[in-house]
This record gives sequence, structure tokens and C-alpha cells, in this order.
Amino acid sequence: MSTTGGNVIEISGLRKEFAVGRGRRRRTVRALDDVSLSVADGSCLAVVGESGSGKTTLARVLVGLERADAGDVVLAGRPVAQRPRRAERRSRARDIQMVFQDPNGSLNRRRTVEAAIREVLAAHHRVTGADARRRVDELLDQVGLRPAHARALPGELSGGQQQRVAIARALAAEPRVLVLDEAVAALDVSVQAQVLNLLAEIRRARRLTYLFITHDLSVVRQVSEEVVVMRQGRIVERGSTSEVLDHPRHPYTVLLRDSAPRPGWRPRLSNGSDLAEVET
Amino acid sequence: MSAETLARPAARRRGGDLAERLGPLGIAAAVVIALITLAALCAPLITSHDPAVGSVIERYQSPGAEHLLGTDQSGRDLLARLLYGARTSLLGAAVVVLLAGGGATLLALVAAWFGRHVDAFLGRVLDLLFAFPNLLLAILAVAVFRTGLAQVTIALAIAYVPYSARVLRSVALRERRLAYVQAAELQGLSGAVVSLRHILPNIAPQILTGAAINFGYAMIDLAALSFLGLGVQPPTADWGLMVSQGKDSLLQGHPQQSMYAGVCIVVAVAAFSVIGERLGGRKAGGRA
Repeated sequence: MSTTGGNVIEISGLRKEFAVGRGRRRRTVRALDDVSLSVADGSCLAVVGESGSGKTTLARVLVGLERADAGDVVLAGRPVAQRPRRAERRSRARDIQMVFQDPNGSLNRRRTVEAAIREVLAAHHRVTGADARRRVDELLDQVGLRPAHARALPGELSGGQQQRVAIARALAAEPRVLVLDEAVAALDVSVQAQVLNLLAEIRRARRLTYLFITHDLSVVRQVSEEVVVMRQGRIVERGSTSEVLDHPRHPYTVLLRDSAPRPGWRPRLSNGSDLAEVET
Repeated sequence: MSAETLARPAARRRGGDLAERLGPLGIAAAVVIALITLAALCAPLITSHDPAVGSVIERYQSPGAEHLLGTDQSGRDLLARLLYGARTSLLGAAVVVLLAGGGATLLALVAAWFGRHVDAFLGRVLDLLFAFPNLLLAILAVAVFRTGLAQVTIALAIAYVPYSARVLRSVALRERRLAYVQAAELQGLSGAVVSLRHILPNIAPQILTGAAINFGYAMIDLAALSFLGLGVQPPTADWGLMVSQGKDSLLQGHPQQSMYAGVCIVVAVAAFSVIGERLGGRKAGGRA
């Protein structure tokens, strides 16, 4: 199945700057600063970092929604054009698909679940008519939804169900790589666990590669073998999940790990006094 | 199977929604518009008089069995002129709204899709159009071309584009940034397909709202132009023209013509405005 055998994603020296502000207050923000990484076929790489660390920009460059200023992306053995034409974007979509953070916004609220999935089937595999109908049911079944959900509008589904539909839509293209951009961040903890289990199942069954973007370290441990930590557009630490989370070397990783709220965590005021004590 | 509740998709309701949104006043306004439209369509069935032909002997007749609303200075039946006048007034405004709405939607979709320079350029063009008062632009068009309903209608439509385009652009831009549009974009679908298939249906409520509000304004502006003698030309029946032609009779103690036509304009414009506001007030920023 794999052509390279080794890495399905290879990124080297990726740079991207955004201009913010106008006139004299105009300045550039470095979203990606010399980012290089590779993801082995069939593995799951987690990208962690706080908001603004450039992890979402990395995902958007990878799927072709954003253009990098410099650097190379090799996807499934094929170098990816930095200014992709439509045909190239379409063939890239057959290799890599993305699931977005906001389950509510990632589906067109005026089109049914079936229409959303059929659009991808028709675009990439020319599956239409009764064949498409059957594929839709199969895909819905794979993400734990029933055929009846095909006729639903996104507004009639819960957040977890919407995210399942978004996953089914991404799978419809039969990609090798799935980019999950904070895909469970907007869900309740219990629903989060269900969707994470579902994603793990799908990865095993389809031998997919995941790029899992998250700010939530507890999620990282559940899903990925390897992790990279990003800060201000740079990769500051990388390694196996247990190594990085249990024995972080970079001070930022330590900070990130220690600032995640855990059970028993008590909110503190900025002067160091305990919030619960102040209130009583 | 997951433990997550798999609720049965709820039955969809569309018609009930609309009535709820309009409220009692909105429904009354809709009925008024329906009646006016029906009356305009069925004009020949309601009256047997020709709106353009009158006899001098019958001028300034009071309402009676033969002429239900009386006659004007040329002895023409006022009811017939009001009914046929509704045709011109509604049709003119409809064409303005259709052209302006279509143009504005196209500009909004193009600006939202390409963003950056295209958006900035279109924004400047709209600003330029904004600088001209509607009526002035229409009068300019008449000066350059000829007087007539077609010229005035097209000129007004162009003048109306910036108002709708500005609103629609911001709504379309909001949709453009949502994940579903980007999900469609990354499939390699063309901008036209994504815009028409995904963005257009989601900005349709705002397009409709804008059209309903503009309809009222277009009727007033067209009536004003007819009043000034630049739009509809006599002997064609038109409400604006009737107000204008009745103003001499007004001084002679026969206010009927101007009054009837004026009331018709006010009622129709108010009805369209109410509907536009009701649709807009509850739909602005709302999710279907």
C-alpha cells in the first residue's frame, strides 16, 4: 500500500509569516519558523502547544488551505506545490483530509449529512446514485451513527454526532493521512473519550496516519506514540509521548505540563493566595 | 454502538417558522401585499374601464355606481388607474430589487471568496457609488439616456447595489471563514461551486430581508421620479404619476386622485418595510 514504506509526511524548513495591524502598527508574526518533522506511515504524531504557537497554521499549510513562505512538504512521496492549482488540491485531498475544531461550523447547516458526505464521494471517487447511498450508510456505520442520521441537518445533531459526521466526511475521500485540528476540544469529556476511542479504532482498521493537533496534554497520552511541542512557531521538543510528558527537557514543556489543571487543582489568585480561602 | 444518545432527527418545520417570525403585524403586512398583487393581476376582472381613456364630460365625478372612486381631471376612472397603476409600481420596484439583489449577491460572493485585494477594490467601488444619492444617479441616467421607466429602473438598481452588497459581503465573509467552507475548499472544489452551493444558501435569509426592505424604498424612489416626470410617462397609469397629476386638482378642491395614490404608496411601502424588518430583526446573525 505504501510507496515509500517510511514516512508519509516529510516537512522541512517550513516558514510562514502573517502581517498583523495596519500602517505604522503593522508588524509580522512568525507562525512557522523553520519547522521540520516527519511522520511515519501508520503512526500518530501529536502536535502540542498553546494558542498562537503555530500548530493550526502547520495543519492548514499541510492540507493546502494556507501557503508557506518557504520550505518543502512531501506528502506520500510526492512533493507538494506551494501554490497549488485546483486539480492538485483535489489530488492532495485524496491523500490528506482534515477534521476541524468547531463541530458546529464544520458542517453546512443547510445541507443534510448525506449531502455533505456525497459531495466528497462525488468529488474524489465519482461515486454517485445508489452506490453513494450505500457508501454513506457504510461510513456512518463506521463512525457509530445510524442510517437514519443521513437525512438529518447538522442542527439536529449533538456536538459529538456532528464531529462523527465530519470524520465520516473526511474518510469518504479515503485519505492516508487525517489531520485532526483540536478535533475533540469542543466536546464534553465523556463524548471526547468516545470520539478518541472511535478515532483509535478507525486508525487501526484503516491503517491511517494521524497528525493530532491539541493543546490538551491528557488527550495526547491517549492517542499518540510521538509528540512535538511547538512554541512561537518553533518546535522546542520532540520525542516519544511518555518520554516528553514524563521527563520533559525543555522548560516550556515543563511549564505546559504543570499549567494543565488536574483533579485536585485549586484556582489561585495572581498574588498567590488561594481563591477558595479568599471567598470564605 | 456508542452510549451517546442517537436521537431521531427531528421533523423539519419551515412554514410554521416563517409565520412565527413575521408575527401578527408581519402576517397582516403579507396579506396586504398579497391583496395588492392580486388586485394588480386581476385588474381587468375588477373594472371594465380603460385606465388611459376618459371623457371630458365625466371629469371630477364623485364616487358612484359607474365610477366607484370617481374620476380625475380627464374623466378617467380612478379605480382603474389605481389598479393598473399598481402593476407599473410593483413591477418597477420588483425589477429594481431583482437587479440590485442579484448584483449585490454576486459582488458579495466574489469579494468574500477572493478577499484581500479583490475585496478592497470592490469596497472602494461601492464607496464611490455610495457617494451619489440614489435619485441623483437616476436623474443622471435620464439626462444621459432618455426619460422612461427602463432607464430609471436600471439606474436605481445600480444605485441600490452598494446598500445590499455591503451587508451581504460581511455575512458572506463570516461564512467564508467557517470550517464547512474550508472543508469544501480543501476538496479542490472551485470557488464558484463552493460559493453557490455552500455560501449562497446560508446568506439567502439576508438577501431576502434586504430585498423586502429595498422594495419599499424602490417604490418611493420610482414614485418620486414619476412625480418629477422622469420615470413613467403619461398616459400610463402609475401611483407616483397620479400623485403628480392630481396636484393641480388638489388646488381646485378635488384631492381624490393624489390622496388615493398617496395612500396606496404609503400602505404598500409600509407593508414591505414591516416584512423586511420582521425577517431581518430575527434573522440577523441567526442560524436558520
